[in-house]
Amino acid sequence: MFRYTLSRLGQSLILLLIVSFIGFAVLTLAPGGPLSQFALSPGMTQEQIDKIASQMGLDRPVWVQYFDWLRHLVVGDWGTSYRDGQSVLHVIGSHLFATLLLMGSATVMSVTLGSSIGICSALRRGSAFDYSMTVLAMVALSIPTFWFGLIAIYVFSLNLGWLPAGNMYTVGDGSVIDYLRHLILPASVLALVDVAIWSRYMRTSTLNVVNQDFVRTAKAKGLTRRRVLLKHVVGNSLVPMITLAGLQLPMVLGGALVTETVFTWPGMGRLFLDSLGYSDYPVVMGLLMASAMLVLIGNLIADLGVALIDPRIRLE
Amino acid sequence: MTDRNKKSAHLDRRQALMMMGAAGAGLMTPMMIGRDRAFAANADASGQLVLAFSQEPTVFNPLMPHIEVDEGVYYAVYDPLFDFDPDGEFFPVLAAEVPSVANGGISEDGLSWRLKLKEGVTWHDGTPFTAEDVKFSLELTMDPDFRSFRSTGYRFIKDITVVSDTELTWTMSESFAPMTAILASTYMVPKHAFDGVEDKNATILNTAPIGTGPFRFKNRMAGDHIELEANPDYHMDGPFLKTLIIKYVPDLNVMYTQFKSGDIDVIGLQYISPDHLGEAEKLPGKVVEVVGAATFESIGLNMTRPQFQDKAVRQALYMAIDKGSIIDALYYGVPTPTETYMPRQSYYYNETLPRHEFSIEKANALLDEAGWAKGSDGIREKDGVRLSFSNSTTAGNHLREQAQQFIQQTFALIGVEMTIKNLPPAVMWGDYWMNSEFDSVVVGLNVLAGADPDASDYFLSSMSPALGGSGQNTFAYQNPKVDELLVTGARNFVPEERKAIYEEMQAVIREDLPFLPMFQYALIKGWKDDVTGPVPNINNRIDTWNVRDWARS
Repeated sequence: MFRYTLSRLGQSLILLLIVSFIGFAVLTLAPGGPLSQFALSPGMTQEQIDKIASQMGLDRPVWVQYFDWLRHLVVGDWGTSYRDGQSVLHVIGSHLFATLLLMGSATVMSVTLGSSIGICSALRRGSAFDYSMTVLAMVALSIPTFWFGLIAIYVFSLNLGWLPAGNMYTVGDGSVIDYLRHLILPASVLALVDVAIWSRYMRTSTLNVVNQDFVRTAKAKGLTRRRVLLKHVVGNSLVPMITLAGLQLPMVLGGALVTETVFTWPGMGRLFLDSLGYSDYPVVMGLLMASAMLVLIGNLIADLGVALIDPRIRLE
Repeated sequence: MTDRNKKSAHLDRRQALMMMGAAGAGLMTPMMIGRDRAFAANADASGQLVLAFSQEPTVFNPLMPHIEVDEGVYYAVYDPLFDFDPDGEFFPVLAAEVPSVANGGISEDGLSWRLKLKEGVTWHDGTPFTAEDVKFSLELTMDPDFRSFRSTGYRFIKDITVVSDTELTWTMSESFAPMTAILASTYMVPKHAFDGVEDKNATILNTAPIGTGPFRFKNRMAGDHIELEANPDYHMDGPFLKTLIIKYVPDLNVMYTQFKSGDIDVIGLQYISPDHLGEAEKLPGKVVEVVGAATFESIGLNMTRPQFQDKAVRQALYMAIDKGSIIDALYYGVPTPTETYMPRQSYYYNETLPRHEFSIEKANALLDEAGWAKGSDGIREKDGVRLSFSNSTTAGNHLREQAQQFIQQTFALIGVEMTIKNLPPAVMWGDYWMNSEFDSVVVGLNVLAGADPDASDYFLSSMSPALGGSGQNTFAYQNPKVDELLVTGARNFVPEERKAIYEEMQAVIREDLPFLPMFQYALIKGWKDDVTGPVPNINNRIDTWNVRDWARS
């Protein structure tokens, strides 16, 4: 297990280096740049823009910029945002809470609800409930989140006036209740699609388990339906879900761009889009590296988790 | 705060006069409503107001390169020496009076300047504001190690001398009338914030700005909002709000929805989109106004391209644009057609320019007469030059893209091939724009310095980067008459004389058509009806120019 872990870590580091190189090359070699936003400002001249580029070190060869950036990255200095002059780690950190709150709530909702629906559907296979859940899941997966968000705002904010139309909290209030009121709509909209995904996976996984011999044996031993379900079915159905959860980890950093935009939620998705729009290379690279790390960590945790549970994986 | 409460209870002479003045309120212009607020009895700051922008303000040092939206914060936190009112007249802010030839602040030859400052002004951290701060701010813009927001005008400033805490002088190496307007868009920064700082580009101002303005910076939630609180020691009347929230809402539809739901009190940059105007005007509890902006939309031509060197071609292209349909059908009739770069609200606007006429027949006849014959593919050509070119703008601006497609169709009717090549903003406004790599563009430009009519950066021959200059003349336009008028106008300090100069220049440019003017921008502004103070000002780039006067009733 130790060698397996070490080898996976080594592969991850090489992958990170490749991602950083490709990301940096694509960003800096693409036409345009962080200073073009100033071009239409009154009094701005090409001479002025060249001077600013030189002061920011943007006139150096790309490979010099890359190795300089990499050198700093290794010692924990992720650079400074071109947009607001703050450290990249601070910029990412200042958006992280918002995303964790939204994604965390949505994930808890979707996993709990999705898994329950999936298990119920599998146990009542072919029933009216199973069919309706299948149809609903297809609808949720097919309709854009943006549309869902707008409908939710129209109904619950504009018409009924029950919940705020957006933002994370009311400035000047910021109580737990206020946060919760602001969280309900975006988290529900975001969870909706994930509920559909989790329910479908969970249904399939549960069906696989209920048809296994050990479940039949448990039933034959006279165990109650409830005991069979909780002790033998649910636990085993959740094993393949570990991989799904691991793959979802990077989503925490990527955030939910569409939902964040509709509900003006100050999370990582919007930060990424804004930073791309301004060609804020240090922040984009910071987000790229953080995402890549999460993908690798997510995969690693999933693989190790499955390997821990299923020794056959380790032996391979 | 306590003093203000006292004032509200006992009318002083000024307030009594204002009350008398209120009797003649019917004579007041809408502009005066905002001013009136500053003198009103509601002298204690109270309430909170949420102002929304579609871009996030990020650069807090106002002397560093910044964009329009950043000035929304600057007006609240910092102060300029003086500013423009909606009529284009200067009024003093940190200065005791606006320097002019008439008051002796500027010498007859425009070379010697003397500036007097208000007494008793303090920075938000309590440090007194003095002439040393002004000298430092002006010199900082010229510091080669500092990323300065502009150099135009400042490079003429020499020998800044502090006479006293409230007075300073300097000389200009060249007489330059737009300098007053340039100073009006320069916010003063505290010298002491730079004490002992190695890199002037990385001071505390970048994260926690310190100004003399009506509001103090409280905190910023990145990607969401900036919270400002009333400055109780403000040196002018106001502020009348306890808290000002500048909110960032990137999507225009979402911004409008939040305005509609009441989450936003004042909808700022980029305002209500034209497709929502009809509904917005009917919203209960909201004030919605369509106001002019100094930006004009045009098809800019790259004059180095052989197709555009024949004036007949430029005139025929202009005639082949169905401006009326574009404005009415695509822009919901919101903007105003124009023949010039000068906003019609300006004192320098030339009303006598020839009116645009959409006529495919006349455009065809003009090109026939000029010898541009149609080839086998229906595209005109002359001396081996085909009347074919690309047109670019920022990708994703759907109204502009529809206008482009419409223009493409009407150009085809006169044997002109226009291909569309749109680019992301970061590419469009980079070298492609600055180095005149385009054939033609659809662009919205404000070429003026506030209310000053000088447009040298955009139309002076020597300001074209493509022709070896350094400026914004990306059209690569060259006309000796325009050069002469721009130089004469920039040296002249008398508005009445300058008016004739700039009117003539507009006539020359209208005849030459280095760009095909389409319309002057109109912005659909909105605020809750319990908000007083927002007053449109075409001479400023952003709404908050008078945020000191804003209040909730």
